[in-house]
Amino acid sequence: MIASVRNMIPAMGPIKGAKIFWILALLTSVFFYIEGKGLFPKWMFKIPRKSQLPIKKYFSSFMEWLVEDANFGFFTFKEMTRSFSWLLDVPLSFSTSLLSTGFLEGQGSQAVQILPPLSWIAVIAVVIAMGHYARDWKLAAFIGGCFLYLAVFGQWDSAMVTLASIVIAVPFGVIGGLFLAIAAYRSPTFEKCISPVLDLMQTIPVFAYLVPILFLFGFGPVAAMIATIIYAMPPMTRIAIMSLKGVPGELSDFGNMAGCTKRQLMWKVLVPSATSGLMVGVNQVIMLSLNMVIIASMIGAGGLGYDVLSSLRRLDIGGGLEAGVGIVVLAIALDRLSQAFATRPDPIHSDIPQTLIRRHPWTVTVTIIAIVTLVLGLVIPPIQSYPGVMELGVGTSLAEFVKWININYFDTLEGYKTFVLVYFMVPVKLVLLKMPWAWTILLLSVAAWQLGGVRLLALTLSLCLFILATGMWEKAMITVYLCGVSVIIACVFGIPIGIVAAENQRFGRIAQVMIDTLQTLPSFVYLIPVVMLFRVGDFSALVAVVLYAIAPAVRYATHGIQQIPPALIEAGVTSGCTKRQLLFKIKLPLALPEILLGLNQTIMLALSMLVITALVGTRDLGQEVYIALTKADTGRGLVAGLSIAFIAIIADRMIAAGSKKAKQRLGLG
Amino acid sequence: MNSSVKLSCRGVWKIFGSGAEDFLQKHNNKPSSHDLKNAHLVGGVRDANIDIHSGEIFVIMGLSGSGKSTLVRCLSRLIEPTGGEILFDGQDLLKASDKEMIEIRRHKMGMVFQHFALLPHLTVLGNVAFPLEVQGISKEKREQQAQSIIELVGLKGKESFYPRELSGGQQQRVGIARSLAVEPEIWFLDEPFSALDPLIRREMQDEFIRLQNVLKKTIVFITHDFEEAIRLADRIAIMKDGKIIQIGTPEELVINPATSYVAEFTQHIPRAKVLTAGLLKAAFDSSVETAGTLPHDAIIADVADQVEKSDKPFAITGPEGTPIGLLTREMVLDVLVGREVVL
Repeated sequence: MIASVRNMIPAMGPIKGAKIFWILALLTSVFFYIEGKGLFPKWMFKIPRKSQLPIKKYFSSFMEWLVEDANFGFFTFKEMTRSFSWLLDVPLSFSTSLLSTGFLEGQGSQAVQILPPLSWIAVIAVVIAMGHYARDWKLAAFIGGCFLYLAVFGQWDSAMVTLASIVIAVPFGVIGGLFLAIAAYRSPTFEKCISPVLDLMQTIPVFAYLVPILFLFGFGPVAAMIATIIYAMPPMTRIAIMSLKGVPGELSDFGNMAGCTKRQLMWKVLVPSATSGLMVGVNQVIMLSLNMVIIASMIGAGGLGYDVLSSLRRLDIGGGLEAGVGIVVLAIALDRLSQAFATRPDPIHSDIPQTLIRRHPWTVTVTIIAIVTLVLGLVIPPIQSYPGVMELGVGTSLAEFVKWININYFDTLEGYKTFVLVYFMVPVKLVLLKMPWAWTILLLSVAAWQLGGVRLLALTLSLCLFILATGMWEKAMITVYLCGVSVIIACVFGIPIGIVAAENQRFGRIAQVMIDTLQTLPSFVYLIPVVMLFRVGDFSALVAVVLYAIAPAVRYATHGIQQIPPALIEAGVTSGCTKRQLLFKIKLPLALPEILLGLNQTIMLALSMLVITALVGTRDLGQEVYIALTKADTGRGLVAGLSIAFIAIIADRMIAAGSKKAKQRLGLG
Repeated sequence: MNSSVKLSCRGVWKIFGSGAEDFLQKHNNKPSSHDLKNAHLVGGVRDANIDIHSGEIFVIMGLSGSGKSTLVRCLSRLIEPTGGEILFDGQDLLKASDKEMIEIRRHKMGMVFQHFALLPHLTVLGNVAFPLEVQGISKEKREQQAQSIIELVGLKGKESFYPRELSGGQQQRVGIARSLAVEPEIWFLDEPFSALDPLIRREMQDEFIRLQNVLKKTIVFITHDFEEAIRLADRIAIMKDGKIIQIGTPEELVINPATSYVAEFTQHIPRAKVLTAGLLKAAFDSSVETAGTLPHDAIIADVADQVEKSDKPFAITGPEGTPIGLLTREMVLDVLVGREVVL
């Protein structure tokens, strides 16, 4: 007893100091809050325009220079990008012809169809074949059902336009990511260079680089596809680097000993051995591409995304919902399919030498179906395209349903909304806005220093100063406020759900399915019901962000509890803990590092969703980016986008440092 | 230089850490443990000198972390040594260009790995034919060649199986077949049987001996199991902390361990399995009636039954076939029961 007390004394010292500091800081903050803004000069809240760094202008004029003047001698930068987009246009127009428009001769309205697109029956046959090849009949039926839904509910044409761009964007994203990963695998220097770029790419909101893409590649499906590829490539690169590094050293040693050249080693030994990991990356690319569908329609992609966007703009709730559900169905189908490919059982041997038909039963069947429906479709139109009379529309009935809710439950919904706004959101917002920036930065710096030492302090300070100097401070604080309240609510619901899911198997399974589904939905889709029920404003944004960001909070909490070594729990039980004690004294403290990681992920997702909620009228950095997009103002968009990325990076580094410390203290790795 | 030396390494160093090469030069290629420690460097292999003769099984034995795997990877230049030279048929491998190195590995070297290192996406046939595939040999020819080696290692009928459908022992047979596909002149085996169950390990050792009797390759065999080393080796090098402590035949190591570290390994080895008749023999006396003759390199354990049954001693014949000594029942018994033997 005495010994343990004595052991604690040296550890108490610094902690006590830190505690006193934070108590004083809290009191000071309360004082600032009560006294209000009068206590400080105005520039402590908003940097006057003339002392702001003109970084926006630099970006804009650099962009201008790139587009107008940049020259590589033989060709200009613009010529390069335009020829690049021409290069992408070739496969894209082929896939669009194949799936949607048919192959045309001539231009515009005079075009003559020389070959119709794949019939709806053929497309469904293809996905059923892929489902069966990847796993079994059950999956095949599920995916076939999803596509049939698209046909029956009148989303077919738009869905095929979307699918056509995804079918091309995904291979480019996968191959591009793989090549970057190979370069990083071969050269550690390159990896060091690319790693922070990937960090930034993953945290900077897509809206921010839509404008430069617009300038460089023009408006249209190709530009949209390039934005999609840029968005989807970083995770693929990361996963591919990890998978390549995960190949056992013996295998590359073997490759060398067999006398492989560098290229043979990569393509015949390393890449095939890393396949299962790479397939996880492919799945990611598909999901991210689908996530981009709506956003990409802002710079010219057609299809389901365009339908959603235009319905939202027209406030046509039914139409938006229909197209939104269409995206969801497409997303779920493609997700399950690519996951099945990723976990596909490895081939087993077969002894019988096989004929071509035997070896490729599906390819043969599908080809026959495609040709037969093509020929029959010329005579019987319903075989070519799903008959319009048999389409079902749910749009109007959905709109009616929403109307009914709004009429009957308006007061209840409004009550909740007002309550949360008045007692929670507004106070938090005021606290953040009433603190002078110097004080906030000071507190952040101290926290960074305590968690991660001088390096983290320097990083935090310089990123904060960027936000401050570019005049984004106030908007950044609103972003932090919206993100903060959403994350708090997501955690308040998500972590307990995660804990219960870990304890109770049946509940766990249900939660798992719900979380999986939530994660498959493109972020934009969340906006539709939310706007319908709560109209525009901060509260709608909050609800959408919470729904989008809750998944990691649940998932990591479950995982955190499940990964506790059973021996520790048994030790608790045998020393006579009640269930409550077991949870609070053993499980939660040990799961803390994982829960912190979940918190980290939740913040990242919340920030990425915040930009999208700009559409429902928030006033934060996301709105700034969105405005920049509509005004095609490169500099403004990039600076606001970078500010969001910097907030994300500060939060990420701090929590990661905290989680690492907690892990070290618990002796877990 | 001995003409039958196939592979020889002279003063080979592998030092891990930054600035290793400058460090080695600064200390005239002879840094001490103390120097290494002061420079915060790790000596993976320290001043290795080995001659490996044509057709012999040379075993490098050491516990984990002793540098044996690093050494064998230096010999095949999978790891770039920090200093020294490695002569393969008189050619310094460390001076070979990447292209030359690829050629040497394609035609003259084969390697077997501890965890098999089979390619998961290829069948048994595909795996064994792989080294031929990268040389650009036609599919028909390489599969035909692979087929005959698969039969040699006893895997006929499994050609179309994938690695994960096979047991550990079978997987390693594939690994062995694959390394032999190019008919290498030197064969590296890096702890090939360590990942296998004890019974299978023994079976594979027997199989290995059988193969070597047919193939007569020059072999560098890595193991951490001293008994395995004794069983298979013509000569053994014992490594500790990156240094080679002693090189010798199993018999020499057992009779004459260089350090207490070597003695620790050898003391548990039954003498009868190591000692040869030629070493144990008493002086030849032509007046004594003998029961028959035994070659000088016969292992005692192998001839014990025969000698013990007979009342008369056996004559031991030297390399030229002339009698050079006598082996009596008492002498064999002394060895078998572990009495102190005067040699």
